[in-house]
Amino acid sequence: MMHPAIPIVLISLLISFLGEDSKPPPEKPAPPQENVVLLPDADGKTGALTVTTPSGAIVLDRPYAGADVFARGRVEGREHDADTVQKRYAAALGARPPAPVSFTVYFVFGREELTADSLALFDRIRAELATRPAPELVVTGHTDRVGAVAYNDALSLKRAETVRDVLVSAGIKAGQISTAGRGEREPAVPTADEVPEPRNRRVEITVR
Amino acid sequence: MIKIANGAVTIERSGEKHPATPGARIEAGDRVVTGRDSSVGITLRDNTLLSAGSDSVLVIDKFLFNSTTHAGEIDASVKRGSLSVISGKIARQSPESVRFRTPNAILGVRGTSFVIDVGDGETVQ
Repeated sequence: MMHPAIPIVLISLLISFLGEDSKPPPEKPAPPQENVVLLPDADGKTGALTVTTPSGAIVLDRPYAGADVFARGRVEGREHDADTVQKRYAAALGARPPAPVSFTVYFVFGREELTADSLALFDRIRAELATRPAPELVVTGHTDRVGAVAYNDALSLKRAETVRDVLVSAGIKAGQISTAGRGEREPAVPTADEVPEPRNRRVEITVR
Repeated sequence: MIKIANGAVTIERSGEKHPATPGARIEAGDRVVTGRDSSVGITLRDNTLLSAGSDSVLVIDKFLFNSTTHAGEIDASVKRGSLSVISGKIARQSPESVRFRTPNAILGVRGTSFVIDVGDGETVQ
């Protein structure tokens, strides 16, 4: 089974407000009021984050790079380590919803019927649904680049609705399913316009 | 949509408090509040994942998402407490349209790459 590898940017914030009576004595430097830490994505890559205040800006682009924001908007960079971040933000990180997982299904050529391989994914989809809190299915149709954009938008939505109907007849509740049509915007295999490409005529079923 | 709620979590909407239980929908303008030893996990329609720790206040100021074009906008504020964010489809399509605010700073999310795996019929995005 594949591990979900999701390109993501993870940021986490902690804001600690100081009450009037908990102001530090003047001889000690005031602690930052807010901390921001960039985390690595689940796939090991790291995105980027800009932290902007009225008096400055910092770009974070390495794992565990952080920004400390002080009163009146002063902002300073600070490196963190993974263990400290995991502990400090344990509650927020522990409540992260499960990452969405997608399955791609295909039609038998020229018919409104899914291929046998596609139907074989339904058990895995049901298994994913069973493990998740308040599960939803998002069914998104795609086309190749033959035809106009507007035509492909309509066609991709029709494909998604066909798959939704198959899912419902397989026993999945209609109320859990939403549909979308991406048209030709997101080809699995990039092609020039007007090129027929069966691998791009597909429907993506995302469980989240 | 609320996916995970531990302890005391409420959604404040138009001055009324609603319990934040898994399956509850989140709307633009909602204020999500966690109590002591509480936490909440939220999946937005563009697959952005938000989760807040205890004693936190998160406001979804704006959320727009077009599931055909992936155009959209997210404006969210952390008023208090802790939040973890995994950005979603809007940040991938138009990162300049995603902003997280704290009382003193504005965070801009940028630079995620888009990946599709085609192979055994499963793509993970």
